[in-house]
This record gives sequence, structure tokens and C-alpha cells, in this order.
Amino acid sequence: MQVTSRRFKEGAHDALHDKNIQEAFSKVKSGFPLARAKSASELPEFEGLRDEARDLKNHILENLDYYLEYFEDQVLLQGGRVHWCSSYTEAREVVLHICRDANAKTVTKGKSMITEEMGLNDYLSEHGIEPIETDLGEYIIQLADEHPSHIIAPALHKTKDQVTELFHENHAKYGLNERITDPQALVNEARSVLRDKYVAADVGITGANFLIAETGSTVIVTNEGNGDLTQSLPKTHIAVSSIEKVVPTLEDASLFLRLLARSATGQEMSVYTTLSTGSKRMEDIDGPANFHVVLVDSGRSDLLGSDKQDLLRCLKCGACMNHCPVYQAVGGHTYGWVYPGPIGAALNPHMVGLEEARHLPNASTFCGRCEEVCPVRIPLPKIMRHWREQAFETQITPKPERWGIGVWAYFAKRPKLYRLMTRISARALKLMAGKKGVIRKLPLMKGWSSVRDFPAPEGATFMEQWKKQQREGK
Amino acid sequence: MPSRDRIFARIRHNLGRGPVKEDAAKLLKARIEGHVPHTIPKRTDIPHKEQVDLFQAKAEALDATVARLSNLEEVPEALRDYLTAHNLPPRIKMAPDPALDDLPFDKTPMLEITRGAAAPSDEVSLTPAFSGIAETGTLCMASGPDTPSTLNFLPENHVVVIKASQISGTMEESWARLRKKFGAGNLPRTVNFISGPSRTGDIEQTLIMGAHGPRRVHILIVDDGPQD
Repeated sequence: MQVTSRRFKEGAHDALHDKNIQEAFSKVKSGFPLARAKSASELPEFEGLRDEARDLKNHILENLDYYLEYFEDQVLLQGGRVHWCSSYTEAREVVLHICRDANAKTVTKGKSMITEEMGLNDYLSEHGIEPIETDLGEYIIQLADEHPSHIIAPALHKTKDQVTELFHENHAKYGLNERITDPQALVNEARSVLRDKYVAADVGITGANFLIAETGSTVIVTNEGNGDLTQSLPKTHIAVSSIEKVVPTLEDASLFLRLLARSATGQEMSVYTTLSTGSKRMEDIDGPANFHVVLVDSGRSDLLGSDKQDLLRCLKCGACMNHCPVYQAVGGHTYGWVYPGPIGAALNPHMVGLEEARHLPNASTFCGRCEEVCPVRIPLPKIMRHWREQAFETQITPKPERWGIGVWAYFAKRPKLYRLMTRISARALKLMAGKKGVIRKLPLMKGWSSVRDFPAPEGATFMEQWKKQQREGK
Repeated sequence: MPSRDRIFARIRHNLGRGPVKEDAAKLLKARIEGHVPHTIPKRTDIPHKEQVDLFQAKAEALDATVARLSNLEEVPEALRDYLTAHNLPPRIKMAPDPALDDLPFDKTPMLEITRGAAAPSDEVSLTPAFSGIAETGTLCMASGPDTPSTLNFLPENHVVVIKASQISGTMEESWARLRKKFGAGNLPRTVNFISGPSRTGDIEQTLIMGAHGPRRVHILIVDDGPQD
């Protein structure tokens, strides 16, 4: 997909003034976080399981090559095929090739972030194959020709009225002409339209939440059941996955499954957890005759051994964005590439380049909630700080910003001078504020004072007050 | 260089080592074959009878419905009652599993039973579960010639028969059952864990039931004694 992270500031400004976006994303904080907190509190072992999950992911990453080879052997044994792809280009070509071998006209798709990264839908369309997203949220944004704004709730930014209009425009060709507004009726209509698509599709493409080395299985986790119809009705099932999703055993998958849904939506388990192993067996009367696993690297292996390796632990649950005040304010699209929120702010600079995504690591208040709720304890603020440092060191940060940081650093390294300057500023600001105690306008700080008053210091610095208290023996 | 080689070369280069050494590989292989569980939630550490009750309570909390039967012979009538209660036509697509061969459908002559994989026109399916997980009220379904997995998804109403002896505490116990039946390292083509009926929150974060899979899941627990 086209990267628009460079426009973060303009995008954030637009989003803050967009009523629909504000309404949709402000709802996030009353939904997912409360549900997560409730389900976490109902499982006394939750915090301990998070430690185990972090350690297990680290163990997997340290032995990634071994587990991937084991997984590959098992897939082959069970009658599937494995395709290794270094780049998105290669992965797109492999998928197209499999679709052509299957004489595919239409393919149904379960929800998958990696195929979003690859821009698979556009590529298939350009080559005469119609991709049909079947997850309701993905289906809605495919009709709207947009990208996901949340990794587990892709159409979060769409209002019900917008869905009504989209269905009205796009479903007339199926003889469905009524303009429906009831959410249940909207779901029913999408259900009936997609039913025929599942049956007619030549190939079903899903992602994978996990790859199990022990059995060569790919695992998907959904609530709708769309992924299951996608992978069980067509003759060919393609599971596309990035390489870091491998886990050693079924027991290891259980550990992550106890954390995944709780962290994402507050469910103890998502409705459907499905393991697909090989192609259908000789005597089976349903299931796909062909099973392909497409494994994509595209930048993952380069994170290994780096100060950002911890990012590869990500389970794609969305908890970090659900708890992020910046994400809730600016919405998902503002981040300008596949992953929004804190995980996007930490991962996208690696995936699309720091120069393109340099604003993202700054889009954080460092409140730390993302790290607090991450099921595998990824130190997201620390990684964002690494990016900020790297942007400064490689001179990607623009000159005025660098100059400002340089000036601050000059004083920060000279404590006496620093304290003198803060004493002077505190008194000057007090004078500026006068009797009101607030400052209406501040030079160079319009962003702050255009929407609220700046509370003025009371005349003494923290250090002065501290010393005074110490003297008075308080 | 083929992509496979390139990916492995990059992984090893960035981890600062060559291929995993023989001794280390042995340990990793033993880890895979050891099936060692992680921490198991204490909530399932209860007598089997209570596990069955927990399974029912958890499944009902997920909006599945549950009926308790004292033997398999009661299934046809329970099924008929369920169809009547929901105003459904008396037509069932049933899994071709020999375990269901002996169900006394002569007691319910109105019911039209066909057996096989699901077709888009099927409204109600009847399938046997492979196992049940008390911890979360989850059904485990294993595909096979007798248990086609499309029956779990295409019909709007999914009725599942499970014996109390098939219910145990955790997912880990279902893995053990699967290994016992299919052999360690092997699984049937599809294993479905099902926790209640299909749902979505994709329109304005409002929960709506029946997105693509069944709108209703009805579980018939047959009380056949202790855990097998």
C-alpha cells in the first residue's frame, strides 16, 4: 500500500477536526480496555502467563531457523507445500501463480495483515483475479476502497450510516435495493451476499496467527467464522504468514491463546480457533485438496539481533492501540501504513524507512500504557525512544528541531547554568501572566496556547522550593 | 540465491551464529516431543462432575444453549424439541459418524435425516464433538470422513452431541486426546475449537450474532459417567 506516514502532522490535524473519526475512536476507550481489564482480573494467572509468553517468544526467536525448518518438514509430511519469500514482490507472485494454477476467477480472503502489507488485493485485481474480503470489517472497507484503521477492527472508522450507504450502492446488483439501517439487518445482508462468494471461490486465502512446528499446522483465530468458510470450501487453501509466527508445540500455542483474545477483546477465547494441517485426507468428504503455506520475511529477519528484536514478539492483538491516547485522538489512518498505534509507531520506521515514518515515534506521550497491556511485554516506549535517537543521529530530524535539542542539551549538561535559566524563566513567565496566573499566548508555542491557556509558574522553581522545604525541615 | 537460503542466511547472520549445532538441535527436538505444558489455570483443577458443570456454565455465558441428557437414546427427542422451540423445519444434516448410527430416530418419525458434508441449503446440522474444554466452554471438533468440518460452519443452527466423559479441564487435555487418536505430530486436516455462536463487532463496535458461521449453537451433553 502507499505509505503516507510523512503526512502524520497534517493527517492528525484533519483527524482531530473530523467528527466521525472523533466519535468512532473516542468509543474505543470505553470498549476494549474495560473488557480486557475484566477478563484479566478473572484469571489470577494472567500476569505470570505474560512473563511465560515473553520468555517463550524470545526462545523461539533465538532458534527461529530450527523451528521454521521443523515446521516446513511437517507441512510437507502432511501433504502441503511451503513457499519461501524474501520480499512482498515475490510473495505476490507466488500467490498469483498458485491462483493461476487453480484457474481461479475469484478468491475469498480471511482477515490477514501480511496480505495487507503485500498489497495483495490490488495485485490480484490487476491480474484479472477478483479478491473478496470476507471478514465483515474488511468487506466494508474493501467496498469503500480504504485500508484498515485498526488491526482487529479494520472498519472501526466507519459509521453505521456509512455502511448503510456502501451496502445500498454495492448490493443493488444482487437485487438488494432496500436501504437498511439496523445493524443486525446489515450483518444479515452481508452474510447472504458473501455466502454465494464462499461457494463460488476457486481459492481461499487466510493469514495465520500461529504456525505450529510440531504438527505443521497453520492457526487462525476469528469470531465470525468467515476464515473457516474461506479455507474449507474452495479446492485450494493458501495460508500466508510472516516467518516469526512459528511456535514449537500445541502446548505453546495454548499459552498464547490464553492471552490473545483476552488482550484483544476481553474474550477468554475467540469464537473460532482453527488448525489447518495439510490438504484434505484421502477419505475426507470436504476440505481443500491443495494446501499452500506462503512464508514471508520482508524485513523480519533484519530485526533479529537488533535493539528492536522485541517487536517480533507481537501477537497482533491490538491492545497497545486500544489503550493509546494518541491513537484514540488521531485514529488509525493517520499513521500512514498498515500498523497504527504504538506498534505502528515502533515497527513502521523499520518497515517503510525512518525518513518516511520519522513522525511516528514522536506520536507518543510516553505514558507507557501500551507496554503495560502488551501480552508479550514489548517495551514499545523504549523502542520509540531508540528511533528518536536514531533520527537525531542520522540527521533525519529537521534542522530547527536539531537546533532546539542542541540548545537544550547545552544547558542540560551545565546544571548551574540550567538552574539559573529556569529561575529567570519562572520569574519572567510569572510577570507575563500578571494577576490572572495564566498566559493566553506564548511565542513559538501557538500549538499549545491556541486552544488553552498556559498555566504560569508561581515564581520559584522546583529546586528552589525543595531547598526551602529542606531548610525549614518539612 | 533462492529465497529460502537467503532467509536462513539472514536469520543466522543476525543471530550471530551458523546453523543450530547438533547438541542444541537435540534439545530443541526433545522440547518439541516433550509436550510440556505452561502454567495451567487453577480454575479447572476440580472433580470431573464439576468440570462438566463449568463447561456448561461457560458455554452458556458465550450464548450457546445446553441440554443435559441421561443417555444417547434421548438425542432424537431433544433435537425435535429444539427444532420446535425455534420454529425450524424438521430437516437435519447429520455427520456420517458411526457413533450416531444407533440413535433411535424411530421415536421421531417426522425428522428427515440426511448424512454427509454440509450444503449451502442445510439449515440445521448435528455433529459429534471430539472433546470439550471446561476452562472456557469450548468444543473441540476433529475433521474426518465421518465428521466433515463444513457441518460446523455452513448451517445456521449447529447441534453438537458430546458425552460428559469427553469433557475435561483444559485445551492441553484435548491435545493429549488428539495425540492419542492420531499419533504425536499428526492432526486431522481441520481441528476447530468453537466457543459459542458466530458474532461480529465490526459495525460501530456493537456486538451482533450470526456473522458468517452458525447463529445458534446447541450442545447436548450426554451424562455417561466419569471422564474416559
